[in-house]
Amino acid sequence: MTTHILIRSLDRGAVAFVIVIAALAVLVPLLNLAVPESSALHVPTYLVALFGKYACYALLALSIDLIWGFCGILSLGHGAFFALGGYAMGMYLMRQIGTRGVYADPILPDFMVFLNWKQLPVYWYGFQYFAYAALMVALVPGVLAFVFGWFAFRSRVTGVYLSIITQALTFALMLGFFRNNFGFGGNNGLTDFKDILGFNVQAETTRSALFAISCAALIVAFLLCRAVITSKFGKVLIAIRDAEARTRFLGYRVESYKLFVFTLSACMAGVAGALYVPQVGIINPSEFAPGNSIEAVIWVAVGGRGTLSGAVVGAVLVNYAKTYFTSGPLAPYWLFMLGALFVAVTLLLPRGIVGTLRHWTALRRDRASAAAEDGVREPLPAE
Amino acid sequence: MRLTRACLIALLIAFGIALGGAGVHAASLEEALAHFTSDDFSETAAGIGEVAASGSPRAEKIIRALQDGQLMFSAERKAVYLKDDSGNLVDAASGQPLAGPAPDDVDTVRLNNRLRGVIDGALGGLTLLSPDAGARFDAAQAVFKSRQVSALPTLEAALAKERDPRVKRALAEAHAAITLLGDDAPDQAKIAAVEVVRDRGDQDALALLASLPVATSAPVLKAAAAAISAIQNRLALWNAVQNAWYGMSLGSVLLLAAIGLAITFGVMGVINMAHGEMVMLGAYSTFAVQEVIRAYNPQLFDYSLVIAIPLAFAVSGLVGILIERCIIRFLYGRPLETLLATWGLSLILQQAVRSTFGAHNSDVGSPSWMSGAFELGGITITYNRLWIICFALVVFIALLAILRFTRFGLEMRAVTQNRPMAASMGIRTSRVDALTFGLGSGIAGMAGVALSQIDNVSPNLGQGYIIDSFMVVVFGGVGNLWGTLVGSFVLGIANKFLEPYAGAVLGKIAILVLIILFIQKRPRGMFALRGRAVEA
Repeated sequence: MTTHILIRSLDRGAVAFVIVIAALAVLVPLLNLAVPESSALHVPTYLVALFGKYACYALLALSIDLIWGFCGILSLGHGAFFALGGYAMGMYLMRQIGTRGVYADPILPDFMVFLNWKQLPVYWYGFQYFAYAALMVALVPGVLAFVFGWFAFRSRVTGVYLSIITQALTFALMLGFFRNNFGFGGNNGLTDFKDILGFNVQAETTRSALFAISCAALIVAFLLCRAVITSKFGKVLIAIRDAEARTRFLGYRVESYKLFVFTLSACMAGVAGALYVPQVGIINPSEFAPGNSIEAVIWVAVGGRGTLSGAVVGAVLVNYAKTYFTSGPLAPYWLFMLGALFVAVTLLLPRGIVGTLRHWTALRRDRASAAAEDGVREPLPAE
Repeated sequence: MRLTRACLIALLIAFGIALGGAGVHAASLEEALAHFTSDDFSETAAGIGEVAASGSPRAEKIIRALQDGQLMFSAERKAVYLKDDSGNLVDAASGQPLAGPAPDDVDTVRLNNRLRGVIDGALGGLTLLSPDAGARFDAAQAVFKSRQVSALPTLEAALAKERDPRVKRALAEAHAAITLLGDDAPDQAKIAAVEVVRDRGDQDALALLASLPVATSAPVLKAAAAAISAIQNRLALWNAVQNAWYGMSLGSVLLLAAIGLAITFGVMGVINMAHGEMVMLGAYSTFAVQEVIRAYNPQLFDYSLVIAIPLAFAVSGLVGILIERCIIRFLYGRPLETLLATWGLSLILQQAVRSTFGAHNSDVGSPSWMSGAFELGGITITYNRLWIICFALVVFIALLAILRFTRFGLEMRAVTQNRPMAASMGIRTSRVDALTFGLGSGIAGMAGVALSQIDNVSPNLGQGYIIDSFMVVVFGGVGNLWGTLVGSFVLGIANKFLEPYAGAVLGKIAILVLIILFIQKRPRGMFALRGRAVEA
């Protein structure tokens, strides 16, 4: 059955996308590890880490596109799920430090010794095992999304109200995690990681492996999203996006559909956060900032919402622009550019880059033939 | 009547015993001054007490000179001098300038912190008989706090002569304080004193009752314990009132900040994420006005806010209309994308202000009529917050009037309730949109003027209030100004009541969680618009 779903969900564009990402996953580590440094083709290690970061952001964008582009739920707080997954991974990495920390306590992380805590809080138990941490990475954001979504969707909070409430959620979490007595490192967060699964976090081979794993996760998430979208479930999602009341009157349990994709999307965001943390080496409460979540939404808008590959393209493009501009002489103007990007994309490029390209090819194809080939087109965003 | 007379007699007896027991007698000024020549702190303390008790008309002058470091002594000649403004020495007891050369070992009489307290008490005792009622009141308070036994005779004399009821109460409290801490008063007198102190009922009274000497007898201690719990209950009640006041102040700020947002959302269905920046622009307009006034016409400083309010309204309103015409208009029917576009706009505005005025806090001052505070019962009310509450209510009433009595208000309400029908009736909806956005932004600008008085003015000012404004809108509902009013005050008071128990951060988190739970029952807020056309 899995192969059947897989084959049904792949079309030419999807296959091309998967091949490109897989190629990158193999090529970049190769160019970093196998090619000598003097060669022009060598990819320096810091670039591998940077690309890995982009891949994690792409995964986050994918999760946002799933609920926004295909179900019409604009969540301005997805950074919260990203950060929660990141914290789960961070807790595992902190437990791995052991006696190599500044205070050399085998059980307690440095910041707890600094705060004069005598023993590990209950919610830190079990994070020394990778399997448990991996479970928490998906479970904690998933449970939060489930509870929050259950309350929100059940009372039919939609549209702008929902967006504001998600923003309030991430804001509240940010306030909470900034406190030192929450037990998550306060405003310094969790950092100074040494090992992951026994491998040194800073070694070149580990970084390349993490990059490859991030790309693999991206591919898996992409295929998962494709499977959801191209199934009957996905058709109902699009119906909910375009005409929620009508879908409800047709008999579908709209709340259950929304809850499912919202939870799935949160788990994906959590995984993205977990892969992000070992590559950047730190997780702190500013990841919960509402501004970060809103920026993630604009990546999807730039790339094209309602097109999964567009989300990835948008994330990589905008973050590359950010890296490029904030490290050069134009750094003070980055916020102007980002703000202008928001305004320009919503006004001038509502379909995003990939969406606009698809629209043009569809128009050209329509002009070439009298009717569309199989009556199924890429869904256009209704709002 | 019998009881009062008995108490009075007891007090007089107590006074007599205290007088004899403490051994305070009217020493002559010269004997008192001799204590200052030994350069020893305890001698100096005794000297201060005796000078104060001597009753000499020069006593106050001598003790004030000691306080100012102008009292000199010579151990060789055993004499004490005052140094006057021109640096010449004057004999302390007689006031005559010094004849002949100054002695070589003239030195200032030294003080330490304890002695300063003794001086304060002594001066308090001396000014008890001052002709000015205010000075007598302050002196009585000082004696209450210092509880110096040496002030007792003057206190008695003052009590007998006093006509002003407020000063008389203060004198009675001071007397009670001294009685309680002394050893010689009988229990009856001490219990009566406890009652007097309890009626005073503030933190000082609490401190006094808690610090009774160990040797005090059991009935007095029992009375004191009862009085302590009574005072604590009273203080807790006033504390709650103070929290309610702070809550109302916060609520008025939220009202000003959120009402523009509610109006815009009601009419157009868009949430303006740049609303916080409109507030910030208003605050910076105030700053600019004050800078201009400081540079060109400093006498007008007290009118700076009066000038700034219409200016801030105009600036923010114009920016709002500009935003609507250039950006929001093209996103009609797409509220989620308007959210994103206005967020981008807020980034641009913040960075523009940061580049122009700098990223640091800008200094906005308060006019004189907004500074200071007054006491009402047990709470302190600051003038600036009082003015802001009044201002918020005035703005609210003005808005109600606009909505109810003007043509524009009528059109706004029509477009809010049913846009297509309003358009069919001939109302130019796009013009209403632009003007509404301008009005909402203008009010936000005025909110910025108010906020500049109680908060730091920086480019991030808007970000601090935007989430709270959203919460007010979600909680109170749109389409009805009363919803915003009730929502903002409820949230403000709830926030301030939760703060002492949970801390500011957890209190905020609790409020957010409560709102999420609240919208289960009422998804569109408390005062929601109903009807088919309102489906958003």
